[in-house]
Amino acid sequence: MNDKSEHLIEIRDLCYSRGHREIFKGLNIKIPRGHVTAIMGPSGTGKTTLLRLITRQLLPDSGTILVEGTDISTLNQKELYQMRRRFGMLFQNGALLTDISVFENVAFPLREHTRLPNRLIRHIVLTKLHAVGLRGAADMMPTQLSGGMARRVALARAMVMDPEILIYDEPFVGLDPISMGVIVRLVRKMNDALGISSILVSHDVQEIATVADCSFLISDGKVAASGSPDELHNTSSELVRQFMHGMADGPVAFHFSAPNYAEQLLGRDAE
Amino acid sequence: MIREIWYTFIDFLQTFGKLQIFFVRLVLNSPNVFLTRGGLIIKQIHNAGAMSLVIIMVSGLFVGGVLGLQGFSILSKFNAEDSIGTFAAFSLVKELGPVITALLFAGRAGTALASEIGLMKATDQLSAMEMMAINPLQRVLVPRFLGGVISMPMLTAVFIIVGLFGAHVVGVNLLGVDEGAFWQQLQSTLEMRDIYEGIFKSVVFGIVASLFAVWEGYNAIPTAEGVGRATTRTVVITAIAVLILDFMITAVFLR
Repeated sequence: MNDKSEHLIEIRDLCYSRGHREIFKGLNIKIPRGHVTAIMGPSGTGKTTLLRLITRQLLPDSGTILVEGTDISTLNQKELYQMRRRFGMLFQNGALLTDISVFENVAFPLREHTRLPNRLIRHIVLTKLHAVGLRGAADMMPTQLSGGMARRVALARAMVMDPEILIYDEPFVGLDPISMGVIVRLVRKMNDALGISSILVSHDVQEIATVADCSFLISDGKVAASGSPDELHNTSSELVRQFMHGMADGPVAFHFSAPNYAEQLLGRDAE
Repeated sequence: MIREIWYTFIDFLQTFGKLQIFFVRLVLNSPNVFLTRGGLIIKQIHNAGAMSLVIIMVSGLFVGGVLGLQGFSILSKFNAEDSIGTFAAFSLVKELGPVITALLFAGRAGTALASEIGLMKATDQLSAMEMMAINPLQRVLVPRFLGGVISMPMLTAVFIIVGLFGAHVVGVNLLGVDEGAFWQQLQSTLEMRDIYEGIFKSVVFGIVASLFAVWEGYNAIPTAEGVGRATTRTVVITAIAVLILDFMITAVFLR
């Protein structure tokens, strides 16, 4: 891999559509190395889709995605898996394997990819579980966990191979304030202490502001604004202000496109 | 109209082609899984095979019993009720054993496989494996496929043996057919060729039933409704395919 490339991930003119709906129309993003980068946007703007495109779980219609300067669409399966081993990904709902215990879930990548002795695996897994505060839940089954706990276990699993790039898909949704605070600090601390890069998809403006170094706001298939959270907060752009301050009125329509309200209620659209 | 039929046809061909590629990929990955993930295969043989034993044995017993009753009522018209053993054995070994086992297998194990894999997909477990650089084909699909393929012939054998026992209970113990004649006629008429036919059918049906279960689960639309539909389709498609193939194999063996 070409380690001299300036940016960790570079997305050029990305287009992607699902069915007839265009999700991205020429998206350009450069994600720097060693920072916490946030990708924000209203629901349904394809933030999760973007993560799946970056990790090549989906292929774009057009445009290129470079990871460390390598175009990921050119990788064969072996190279792709090689690349993915450098990623750790936290899924929205945790995506724990439901047929094995919490401990085995976190140990899963280690058992699959390494030949470490059992004692060492136990050591590593317990450390990671301790970091997310769930060492005591090691013997439970994933179905016994609450949504927030499952996400924390999934975070432990995402960290267990010590990835260079950690990807979080909506890490703060459904967490209580205490877990939220711990996770926010953990994200920040891991990024700085381990020198990794983090990519975070979220619409929790407050949390993003405390944890992210730079952020991209996606709207209508393009990057609407970028910069540090403070810059975004004090911006003059109508759209960004609306999103950052959570206002109902503005360029982003709160309502999904629909026929005229009054006409529909009065039944005049039944032509 | 014609255009629609044409598109449906093209669509069918595409799906059929994808199914074949999928099958080849399963087979190509099988040796590797055999060597490195034997434990997973054994677990799946337990899930698909051992867990289906009860339904297979109960069904086999009663199917055998019915063969005993029907065989007796027909054969006694020709004063040939001694042939009841032959009658039951031929029906079971060549037809009822492989076919009914395959249908029961699709209902018991196939649905379980399809819904399990579909739900794993719906809850992102398969994507998570992909992201951990673990091939779900090797970790999830191939062990389940092989578990089914290995289980089916064994389940068929169990079904046939229990079925013969049921026919024996009804024919000999209840209706008073001579036990010596029962076994002697069976032994003298049933040839290895007939048994090969039964084994061949059960192997083919095992591959078909497991393939459709894994395929439907893997291609399920990842929603509650989609997984439900995939489960139903598994049974329907397997049943149709098994019955058509049964006809074709029988025709070939009769030549």
